[in-house]
Amino acid sequence: MPAPPRRRTALRQRLAELRGPDVPARPLDARALAALAANPGCSRRSLLDGAGVDKTVLAQSLGAPSGFGQSQFAFMRGNAFEARVKADGGAELLRLTHRFLGGGPEPVPGGSAVPDLAAAGPEGRAARTALALREATASDGWTLLDHPMLALDVAGTPAFLEPDAVVVHPDGGWTVVEIKSFPMIDGSADAAKVGAAARQSAVYALALEQVAARIEPAPEIHHHVLLVCPKDFSNLPTASAIDVRKQLSVTRRQLARLTRVEDIAAELPEGTTFDVRRPAAELTAAVEAVPAAYAPECLSACELAFHCRARAREQGEVTALGRSIRGELGGLTSIDDVLSAASGATGDPDDPAVATLRRAAELRAEALAGEAAACH
Amino acid sequence: MSLIDGLARLEAVSTGRAQPRATARHRHLSQRPLVLVPLTTAGEAGAPLGALVGTERTSPRLLVVPQPRDRDLRFAFLSELAEIVLPYVDSFAGDVEAAERSETDPETSKRVKVEVELCADAPQLIVPSRAGIEFVRLLGRSMRFRRTAEQDPDAPYPAPPRVPLLGRWLTHFGERARVPGSSLLLAMTELLSRHWATGQSSLEDQHLGALLAWIEAPEGTSGAEAAFRAELARDEAGQLLCPPAGPATDPAFDNTLLAPAMERYDRARSALAAAEDGVAADVGLAALTAAEQEIHALIDSRTRPTWDAVWRGLDALCTLPVAAHDADRWTRDRWSFTGHRDRVVAGEPPQPRVDDAVTAANKLATREREQSRLEAQEALDDPLVMAGRRLAGEAFAGEVTEVVMAYSEAKSPRPRPLVTVRTDDRPHLGERTKVYRALGGKPQTAEFVAYEGEGVVVLRLTDKMGRGKEPDPGSVPEKGDRICWTLFEHEQRGGPKLPDPEETPWTHGGPPAETAERPDPVTAEDTL
Repeated sequence: MPAPPRRRTALRQRLAELRGPDVPARPLDARALAALAANPGCSRRSLLDGAGVDKTVLAQSLGAPSGFGQSQFAFMRGNAFEARVKADGGAELLRLTHRFLGGGPEPVPGGSAVPDLAAAGPEGRAARTALALREATASDGWTLLDHPMLALDVAGTPAFLEPDAVVVHPDGGWTVVEIKSFPMIDGSADAAKVGAAARQSAVYALALEQVAARIEPAPEIHHHVLLVCPKDFSNLPTASAIDVRKQLSVTRRQLARLTRVEDIAAELPEGTTFDVRRPAAELTAAVEAVPAAYAPECLSACELAFHCRARAREQGEVTALGRSIRGELGGLTSIDDVLSAASGATGDPDDPAVATLRRAAELRAEALAGEAAACH
Repeated sequence: MSLIDGLARLEAVSTGRAQPRATARHRHLSQRPLVLVPLTTAGEAGAPLGALVGTERTSPRLLVVPQPRDRDLRFAFLSELAEIVLPYVDSFAGDVEAAERSETDPETSKRVKVEVELCADAPQLIVPSRAGIEFVRLLGRSMRFRRTAEQDPDAPYPAPPRVPLLGRWLTHFGERARVPGSSLLLAMTELLSRHWATGQSSLEDQHLGALLAWIEAPEGTSGAEAAFRAELARDEAGQLLCPPAGPATDPAFDNTLLAPAMERYDRARSALAAAEDGVAADVGLAALTAAEQEIHALIDSRTRPTWDAVWRGLDALCTLPVAAHDADRWTRDRWSFTGHRDRVVAGEPPQPRVDDAVTAANKLATREREQSRLEAQEALDDPLVMAGRRLAGEAFAGEVTEVVMAYSEAKSPRPRPLVTVRTDDRPHLGERTKVYRALGGKPQTAEFVAYEGEGVVVLRLTDKMGRGKEPDPGSVPEKGDRICWTLFEHEQRGGPKLPDPEETPWTHGGPPAETAERPDPVTAEDTL
């Protein structure tokens, strides 16, 4: 249920304060969406992404710059490929959509609509997109929406998303299109990259659902997204329809369970700000005021990961070594606690986690000392 | 990760140095491995940028593609790579020993022994990381369907000779690397993290420099700090001090060093092409050579640290004693190598793009069997690995406290002695659960009879005691022996036999098509 207007305005104002005066909010990009999937329980990530803080610059100011960067070769190739796929009014893209997902007669080159979605600001673009979607659904031809802007309610704040393309079929159905430049070789691509693309597309499909809900009758949003990649070692596009029902339900559940950003913001001391123009010490204190849940998976998804990792290591958190280790240790969360329990100095011997740990330490010591029974 | 390995990581954090995860070396290392440190162009599929390759630590060959978007330059690189890899592979093909293999006689359909050749040793490729293995596969796939001018005079953009053959070999190496315990193609990060636990997560262990920093940290220094430096430290120009092991390069390197150098190279090339007289051509050629040298130096500077790291990793691994079952697994690799050598010699077509149903099922069954075999062999060879299995309740060690002779109730009674073992372990034993122990390299089976109190297990021996009424000497444990029993089998049985590919039933797509795979279609522009 959307928050009452006054509370909404108050929250928006609060988030603007956190971001700093006259700093525009950053839309949720692919990496932020990956971070959301990798670590939904992290309040720090939730708040910073919700407020639209530029985490790359923030990490830089904290003295732990993120390792993310894009090679200009990859960047150029990605752009060139996307342009190639969308060339000629999206003829090739629509042909692929029709081939893999149907939804109407074969598109005629030049006979499909590509509405202009330009407008001022993300809100304006989102409104323009919603209008274009409504018009396209009413028409009975193919429509390609190039880089539409969608709004999605994430933890109580509107987040703006920009999919590569959305296709409206003549039968009124909508399909999310994701264009990636990793190759599809002999019909298969890197599973990790396809998984990331599917999670990302699922978020776009969720955002489309919110637009569709305001149209009567609500148009159908396809549960298959179209992933377009270069074929083999060439630069010709090929595509595959990916079923994202699972990712949709996972993302929906994660979004529903997120601690509301306003609750996290309410816990902060008065005057806290993540304005990157503030001195480093102040920023560090501000970031520390929001609890993080660091795990090694963050390294590939979040710009602040190196900062959080340094803190987790300082505090000797077991999770810094991997979530699977943490799972085996019951209530022991710090490395010192675990090692002292293993050596028998502390810990309750009746706790099964402690007992297993001690047995493991004994067996390991015995094997390393070479006293173990030879197996021959 | 098992608790015992997790504990090793925690110890590594508290001591600041990597801790052993194994007391023996569980992967075969060749006397003369071929180390390959490849780099790839970001964004392009299978467009190599350069590589350091060789069998001599002090004198690797540097191969460079100054402009990866140029098909001819890429072909030149692959051709040079073939001239290094193929002679290395061939050097193992000639030295053979006689071996026997059982085959089904097509006429009598009985299993008969056939005398065949088995290569006495096999080549071994070592790449820095898991991504390197994937890159070898990708290179193999990109080359094996290429046609040379000799094979097909009409082929557009014919590949240099030997390049398709290199593709077939790299495909074979890449395919074999998916079999657990195989050692034809190994990644150094996986080798090291199999044998040592560091104080960082397994994700961070994929950085060869950081992993090695933990392992090499001298007594009294902090491996954590060294690993942190290896991972993130940059020089004043913003370049990583320890470049990533690749094949992907650091974006900062691409953007600030490589891209401008490539641009200069492109400019020099077009200037040379536009030269109108001899003097201008000389000047142009000099500029082109200089630009090429600059790229060579850049690629060398990014691959050399990784090259050294791979060899230092080999040094570290050589300090471990060889595991007892290493030779057994390497023999399987030799069979795999000999098999592919024979297929190439017999003129068989390259490996298909997608396996037929029977081949795919066979491959999957092999991987599953080798996985179980590897797990069993590692545990038998290494008390530290066995400790993990004991903790998991899959094995138990203990002292024999009593042996009572007993016999089966068959017409001619067989010895079935009852052995009582006292153990501190907590094995998952159910009624008549089979347990195994190694007896002269062969497994002896016993079955669980009953518990006689806390940690006292009674077992009944059921085999390997000879044919007589009295068990053979030494085949029955004696009081006071310390023995390790496992609940898992020591040797793996083969699965059910599958039909020949030609006999594939229609339910599985029918027999594979007879026609050879077509080469990939080529376009005038194959890059973006």
